[in-house]
Amino acid sequence: MSTIAADVKDHTHDDHGPAKGYRRWLFATNHKDIGTMYLIFSFVMFLIGGLMALVIRSELAIPGLQFVHPEFFNQMTTMHALIMVFGAVMPAFVGLANWMIPMMIGAPDMALPRMNNWSFWILPVAFGILLSTLFMPGGAPASGWTMYPPLVLQTGDAFPFLIFSVHLMGISSIMGAINIIVTIMNMRTPEMSLLRMPIFVWTWLITAYLLIAVMPVLAGAVTMLLTDQFFGTSFFLAAGGGDPVMFQHIFWFFGHPEVYIMILPAFGVVSEIIPTFARKPLFGRDSMIYAASCIAFLSFIVWAHHMFTVGMPLSGQLFFMFATMLIAIPTGVKVFNWVATMWRGAMTFETPMLFALAFVFLFTIGGFSGLMLAITPADIQYHDSYFVVAHFHYVLVPGSIFAIMAGAYYWLPKWTGFMYNEALGKLHFWLSTIFVNLTFFPMHFLGLAGMPRRIPDYATQFADFNFIASIGAFGFGLSQLIFIWVLLTAKRGVPATDAVWDDPEGLEWTVPSPAPFHTFDTPPKLPAPKFG
Amino acid sequence: MASHSDDRYYVPHESHWPAVGSAGLLFLMVGVSVWLNGSTPGFWIMLAGVAVIIYMVVGWFANVINESVTGMYNAQVDKSFRMGMMWFIFSEVMFFLAFFGALFYVRTMVLPWLGGESNNFFTNAVLWSGFENTWPSNGPAGVGGDFQVMGPVGLPLINTVILLTSSVTITVAHHALIAGKRGVLTAFLAATFILGFIFIGLQAYEYVHAYNDLNLRLTSGIYGSTFFMLTGFHGLHVTLGAIMLLVIWFRVLRGHFTKENHFAFEAVAWYWHFVDVVWVGLYIFVYWL
Repeated sequence: MSTIAADVKDHTHDDHGPAKGYRRWLFATNHKDIGTMYLIFSFVMFLIGGLMALVIRSELAIPGLQFVHPEFFNQMTTMHALIMVFGAVMPAFVGLANWMIPMMIGAPDMALPRMNNWSFWILPVAFGILLSTLFMPGGAPASGWTMYPPLVLQTGDAFPFLIFSVHLMGISSIMGAINIIVTIMNMRTPEMSLLRMPIFVWTWLITAYLLIAVMPVLAGAVTMLLTDQFFGTSFFLAAGGGDPVMFQHIFWFFGHPEVYIMILPAFGVVSEIIPTFARKPLFGRDSMIYAASCIAFLSFIVWAHHMFTVGMPLSGQLFFMFATMLIAIPTGVKVFNWVATMWRGAMTFETPMLFALAFVFLFTIGGFSGLMLAITPADIQYHDSYFVVAHFHYVLVPGSIFAIMAGAYYWLPKWTGFMYNEALGKLHFWLSTIFVNLTFFPMHFLGLAGMPRRIPDYATQFADFNFIASIGAFGFGLSQLIFIWVLLTAKRGVPATDAVWDDPEGLEWTVPSPAPFHTFDTPPKLPAPKFG
Repeated sequence: MASHSDDRYYVPHESHWPAVGSAGLLFLMVGVSVWLNGSTPGFWIMLAGVAVIIYMVVGWFANVINESVTGMYNAQVDKSFRMGMMWFIFSEVMFFLAFFGALFYVRTMVLPWLGGESNNFFTNAVLWSGFENTWPSNGPAGVGGDFQVMGPVGLPLINTVILLTSSVTITVAHHALIAGKRGVLTAFLAATFILGFIFIGLQAYEYVHAYNDLNLRLTSGIYGSTFFMLTGFHGLHVTLGAIMLLVIWFRVLRGHFTKENHFAFEAVAWYWHFVDVVWVGLYIFVYWL
């Protein structure tokens, strides 16, 4: 017995490298390998969802119906949203978390490595099921990603597949979030108190709490849809004493924290990058943490601002309007802190910094249009118009996606051991930024002029701005091919130093580039704060 | 070197269990979907998925138990498991909250509005003339036909007593484990899962009674929906919890668990308390009020 135990132990702590062949990836327990898989998966999903967006923009380039049937157009809007939200943005941030959190807090790996593998490998199953619905009788889900009943109950054979793929995404997210919380709370190097944690770790900790709190609620909501459809329950049927609006309440109780799940880690990435390239400590570091916590708390009490037009008591409208506006305060704190960090800094403008700067500027535009949408009487005009589309694309594309890109460029040399091609990176940035604005800025005008969202055809008065938006969309899509080129040539650059950049702060910069398969076998000592 | 290894955090080698689990989920979800779409083979695909998942759970847990009894987990790993279990239970609480939320929203908002309260006079007068807000309700169209409800005394009260008692017995078992009294531990743990299975049996009896004698069905409007979904998901969790109790009881018989090292026991105990607390919520809000 004891010899067996000793034997097992010896095998446990050898400095084993990665397994060979497919086993390395399918059976992975290493946080870096799993992080890489998350990042590649999310990028593939980003391209698939992007192709769907291009179908949408092709159809909308000129008035009239030219390329696709309206039913298929609706499938494209629905699938584009589901894929981008659950397949691209969320897994990309989980990938960054997997790669960076253990290195940033001095942990040997994620706390629960096998569960980490499962969180990832559920995702290809979930999205395989979701994408297969495109080929089913009745087509893919076409009710919008919000799945409002009774419309969603008219989905064809795809319906149960939609429900169960959402369940799988939820299971994956919950396990990922549990893993991140446990890693952060239990695996930090002993010297790292909570307030000394890097901001990216902090924002992910808060995000993980949000995920655990709301993904089960989404699971409950779609379960009610399933039983209403197949087992004769009346949750969303007024005749039986239920209410379709109740679905919207439950859905948005999940949905609003969900939008912060997609932006809080972005705040974290940007808060890591700006100090490095401004060569100054993050201004108001503690207030950044408190602001992120406030945003997370507020996200639970603002959900009904997504549904002002469905009808609710006046007291409800007032409460949700004011609660929503409150979010501008902690968000403003963050934006001012980023600006103050750069104030009189010795700034340089490498690709990560460019993306981070564009994030600050363009996310703020999206934030301001959000503030406009929060005003109940104004929202009744804007609701379900292209103004809403412009708003959430500003916070998600030059917001979340730009932050992911910024993070990818920032940490790429640490992952590969080589500097990426800076000229290509800058080209990628400038084309992305120009085209993203060309795509989404005209949508503000379209929405204010009254163009509804989720339609395949429109009045001719909207033609010009739509054409501009379509040009922008194709330009943005093609610009992302540059990023593929950057990735393919990532190992052709000069070898990266351990610090990669000019003396950045954080444990991840104290290990070699590329980071070894196992980073910290024993808890490291924290370096003294760089900026005193 | 060897003396240091105990301090290190155990990072497992590659494992095939998660991939097996994903394959099981694929079969399960596709199978259920195909079946719900009216195709019988879906049922068999689903069963294959369930079989694969059971195989995965047994294999994965056996792996972990083996690692645990061979002493590969230090205190820090143990803490990871504890925190993981706590947050898993929290996510379960949020799942139940969605259904409790639906119940509260229907009773405080939907039914009064359908009955004409607030600014809904015309909704009531034009669409559902004569409907009054009462509880229990199967809605203005009387979906599912007239039904009677399960009163709070009788079977539900007995079930409440059973579950609360089982929470006490598992706590006694826990104290016995810490005190090293294996006999008391075995007996009280057995009592706990026996009470659990009695509870499940009584719930099944109650369901048959509701369907046959009270005409209370899942299809009985919003009352039937909330009643059966809440008690049904709870019953499912009690079943899982009872099976978990059975598993750790067999582990106790095998001599597993020590005073210092019994995370699995505690995890099951927490889970059991969780289903107990949910039941108290059910008893108050579903059966009683």
